[in-house]
Amino acid sequence: MSNAAVAVRGVGKRFGETEALTDVSFEARHGELFGLVGPDGAGKTTLFRVLTTFLLPDAGSATVLGLDVVRDLWAIRARVGYMPGRFSLYGDLTVAENLSFFASVFGTTIEEGYDLIAPIYRQIESFSGRRADALSGGMKQKLALSCALVHRPDILFLDEPTTGVDAVSRSEFWDQLHTLRESGLTIVVSTPYMDEAMRCDRVALMQGGRILEIDPPGEIGSRYPLPLVAVTGADRYRLLLSLRKAPHAHAVYPFGSELHYTDNRAGLDPGEVASELRDYARGQGFGDVEITAIAAGIEDSFMELMPAPVQRAS
Amino acid sequence: MTEPAIAVRDLTRRFGGFTAVDSISFDVAPGEVFGFLGANGAGKTTAIRMLIGLLAPTSGEARVAGFDVVKQTEQIRHQIGYMSQRFSLYEDLTVLENIALYGGIYGLGAEQIAERSSAMLQSLGLADDLVGRLPLGRKQKLAFSVALLHEPAVVFLDEPTGGVDPITRRQFWELIYAAAEGGTTVFVTTHYMDEAEYCDRISIMVDGRIVTLGTPQELKSKWDVPTIDALFVKLARPA
Ligand SMILES: Nc1ncnc2c1ncn2[C@@H]1O[C@H](COP(=O)(O)OP(=O)(O)OP(=O)(O)O)[C@@H](O)[C@H]1O
Ligand SMILES: [Mg+2]
Repeated sequence: MSNAAVAVRGVGKRFGETEALTDVSFEARHGELFGLVGPDGAGKTTLFRVLTTFLLPDAGSATVLGLDVVRDLWAIRARVGYMPGRFSLYGDLTVAENLSFFASVFGTTIEEGYDLIAPIYRQIESFSGRRADALSGGMKQKLALSCALVHRPDILFLDEPTTGVDAVSRSEFWDQLHTLRESGLTIVVSTPYMDEAMRCDRVALMQGGRILEIDPPGEIGSRYPLPLVAVTGADRYRLLLSLRKAPHAHAVYPFGSELHYTDNRAGLDPGEVASELRDYARGQGFGDVEITAIAAGIEDSFMELMPAPVQRAS
Repeated sequence: MTEPAIAVRDLTRRFGGFTAVDSISFDVAPGEVFGFLGANGAGKTTAIRMLIGLLAPTSGEARVAGFDVVKQTEQIRHQIGYMSQRFSLYEDLTVLENIALYGGIYGLGAEQIAERSSAMLQSLGLADDLVGRLPLGRKQKLAFSVALLHEPAVVFLDEPTGGVDPITRRQFWELIYAAAEGGTTVFVTTHYMDEAEYCDRISIMVDGRIVTLGTPQELKSKWDVPTIDALFVKLARPA
């Protein structure tokens, strides 16, 4: 018997030919904010559906709040808040009606759950009389989140909850997740945003139905295996294409206003890489480039762990 | 001087007493990658729907690829591509069926469709599966290629990378760059602020109005912020 909030042991799930989950094991502690990141098709949504009892695993076992996902399905459903990646609202009901509906399904009211949902709900509350299908994409997402929270669950499963949510609201939403976690709620959340992954206590990197590693997000970058430099310069797209052809290029990606260049010679001093690359760029006609050695972040590591055949320099 | 690809003057849309788009004006040059930013509910999708001739403006005017968005919707349809915020392909049709369907809508002949579909499958590395079975990132790349099928002058992309992982959205941006290199004008919305840095120019919309517009570099120095993310925080939600 484990006292973890979520305990997953050797879970497997197959759909026909596709192995959606293979031997997945991890534990999330009570009050932990646990992140799942990985490309589309990594198995995150399947894992959420197993943990919320909507899908039976083919192999292994899992418990949520000590309850078995196969045997104790109704007990789990009553205590879980789940926001699936594709959440359906009732388009012909108003904002307030949608929320009351979800509250009543769990035998509660908007008023009882109000303090929990307030930071998010307040941003759409002035439109509470508007039909949900007339909301903007991100406003719908905020309503869906409020619906998942309104019944005061003991554990939250959020499958990419901030897709379509603007940058300011995302950061407020994460402030709210931290507040919830401090009150003891366990949260398992998947996200395609690496700035959000940074705000988790631990992150599991998933790919192809497996968990590759689980670490505090700040440590994920520290195991980056190759020298990395940041490059800035004019005519960025051509510069990118040109750097990919550099003799020792491993990968080159845009990162906001910079490019990140990874060299394929492990152990080489990044300073040396920078000066070599500067000469190369100059030779290719990019005179004004600035190149500095940098430490890898979680987004660099994410991309290094994921296969990207199109991106590799040949 | 060449005519702008998109020219907008005092464009306004009200729903009842609520003003979703409030007298916006701007030009986008041919071949430009224009980032159309704003908080949730700022009015981006509403503006795009007017620019592609789907929604009538309450007042003001706009021309896209030289055509009036109110009076010349038919011509506009042939000159523009559009990816909606919600996924725009048919999930229960295969890749080729989708291409054939949209090719027909955009007025391409059978021969052109056949030619372009096989080129598209190859460049995207796709088989002719049901679209509903593809991972999101691949769907989005396919939807983008389909939006470019008839070689439009201007393509409107409403959050094309929403929910897409870090690698795939970079690949998506390479498709955008390649299209822009080929002369296509790209009008794109995103909530990823690093992507704003990839645009030639951006605008930020707040409550229906455009509050600032320029190159990412210009805006960062004008507002004295290190990143577009910081600028967005400063402007998008006035205290
Ligand atoms: N048919 C409609 N009736 C009433 N209000 C509407 C209608 N369509 C849009 N709105 C409102 O207009 C405003 C702007 O919506 P729009 O979809 O343009 O925002 P957006 O900038 O695209 O936001 P997001 O980033 O969330 O997609 C919102 O308040 C929305 O609820
Ligand atoms: Mg929108």
